[in-house]
Amino acid sequence: MDFNLTSLSFLNESKFNSIDTSKVYDIVIIGGGPAGLTAAVYAMRKGASVALIAKHAGGQVAETSGIENYMGYRYINGLELVDKFKDQVLHFTIDYDEGGEVEAIEDEGIKKVLLKDGRIIKSKSLIIASGKRWRKLGVKGEDEFIGKGVAYCSICDAPFFAGKKVVVVGGGNSGVEAAIDLAKVAKEVIVIQNLDKLTADKILIDKLNSFTNVNFLYKTVVREIIGDSFVKTILIENTELLQKSEIDVDGIFIEIGLVPNSDFVRGVVELNSNGEIIVDCSCSTSARGIFAAGDVTSVPFKQIIIAAGEGAKAALSAWEYLLNEE
Amino acid sequence: MALFEEKIQQQLKEILKSMKEEVTIVNFTQEIECPMCRETRLFVEEIGSLSEKLKVKVYNFVTDKEIAMRYKIDKIPAIALLDKDEKDYGIRFYGLPGGYEINSFLGAILELSGKREPIPDELMKRIKSIDRDIHIQVFVSLGCPHCPAAVSTAHRLAMENEHITADMIDANNFVPLSQKYNVTGVPKIVFNDKFELIGAHPLNTFLDVIDRLKDYGINID
Ligand SMILES: Cc1cc2nc3c(=O)[nH]c(=O)nc-3n(C[C@H](O)[C@H](O)[C@H](O)COP(=O)(O)OP(=O)(O)OC[C@H]3O[C@@H](n4cnc5c(N)ncnc54)[C@H](O)[C@@H]3O)c2cc1C
Repeated sequence: MDFNLTSLSFLNESKFNSIDTSKVYDIVIIGGGPAGLTAAVYAMRKGASVALIAKHAGGQVAETSGIENYMGYRYINGLELVDKFKDQVLHFTIDYDEGGEVEAIEDEGIKKVLLKDGRIIKSKSLIIASGKRWRKLGVKGEDEFIGKGVAYCSICDAPFFAGKKVVVVGGGNSGVEAAIDLAKVAKEVIVIQNLDKLTADKILIDKLNSFTNVNFLYKTVVREIIGDSFVKTILIENTELLQKSEIDVDGIFIEIGLVPNSDFVRGVVELNSNGEIIVDCSCSTSARGIFAAGDVTSVPFKQIIIAAGEGAKAALSAWEYLLNEE
Repeated sequence: MALFEEKIQQQLKEILKSMKEEVTIVNFTQEIECPMCRETRLFVEEIGSLSEKLKVKVYNFVTDKEIAMRYKIDKIPAIALLDKDEKDYGIRFYGLPGGYEINSFLGAILELSGKREPIPDELMKRIKSIDRDIHIQVFVSLGCPHCPAAVSTAHRLAMENEHITADMIDANNFVPLSQKYNVTGVPKIVFNDKFELIGAHPLNTFLDVIDRLKDYGINID
């Protein structure tokens, strides 16, 4: 029996306060991944009044099993690293909210952050570090059958497909990792990839090829997910032959990469065609006093160490902005 | 044979040091023909030995039928957590809370011991105003990183309002039950058999669902 303990989060005598909606903060940070948490440490050390809102502490790192490229650790479990990040933030007295979700932002000089639960937080400057989330296929039936055969998290949901026939959409690292998790329990796994080959790392592809219950459909896309109370059939199309066909399946795992969480800033700051917030090398966005960092931005390469570095930079830029404003 | 490695044991001891008051762990088991019952008993006994503030009571589901009924335990392995006065808030774990669920288990122990993070006033008002019986079942798998958050939210609601009871259920331990609720994605959160949420949701979404239950006349459970 394994125990995936997030020990440090318990050890902190809570030094953080709830967010104060009557006050105007110096800096409000949206996001609790590596970018947001690093920004918080830098901003607190400057002595700014700071609030941090995170829907899920740790962001993508909390969903990563092992990390081998964050300096200082040859290997560290994702949750363990999140713990260490959080510990370093909660060492300061910060106004902190976990679980709250930002719905919109208004920029009237003073920035207003509107939360889904109705709270409105005011600030002189903002750091947006809201990262990325799993991309959806965007086909008919996908939303309707979430949790009813449509799944995204293989380490969570693979056990429910023991002895069943499942499809994995996506041939990159996350798709192949999901296919490996599923091949261990399912009767049959079909990997559907839009390109003519897998794009995952070789080490993962070799591992997947060691299973005998996995089949591949290349140059193929999913057009529709069909079922009644559960997924029953998927409609696929071969993009070369333009041939449509149906396959009967018990489940479909969608592993086709990530999209930026930038919907709530659309119209307030400029985005690129991928929906990423456009930033310059000081993490400034197109709006004065609004900074952005990490995976949600146009900065190339999405990695923990890069997001953390960008978070630091955004906090220092925000601090400089506040000094110049006064 | 120890369930916890030395390193984890030390970490658990550290964590449990921040308990404020005593907590009682009540375990229902049956030694034969019950998957994970033995392991769950060992688990509560080992955890209980790591803090003076933890009391452990182990009952036999069959021979201690009356006690099981008093705590409304209908399946095993089961764990109920009680506060220092052995008051029952309806906090249950069905199946061994291993994997990521160790975190929701420890969280519930600490919160029940009195170490709680404040809930924003507006949300607290909504929680306190719930005046009908609400039973929340959170189906999880132990390898699911975002499941403990859903379990902790449900358990916290149970702590704050006596009309609310909340279960963690290891879906892979209770297969027929999970099939009954068509669990193929976790966390799956079932409210009074009437409404369900899939995935991790913030506290206010839980409260929105509970509000919607008002439109139904009868309470189930
Ligand atoms: C499976 C997987 C494995 C990976 N492995 C590695 C690896 O080995 N090494 C490596 O360097 N990188 C790895 N990465 C990439 C790395 O995790 C990301 O680059 C990094 O987490 C980005 O950090 P971030 O802070 O920008 O965003 P995120 O980690 O995405 O965090 C975003 C934060 O914003 C919050 N948020 C989003 N929207 C809202 C909202 N509306 N309101 C409030 N809060 C919101 C989220 O809850 C979260 O707290 C991996 C990613 C994945 C998915």
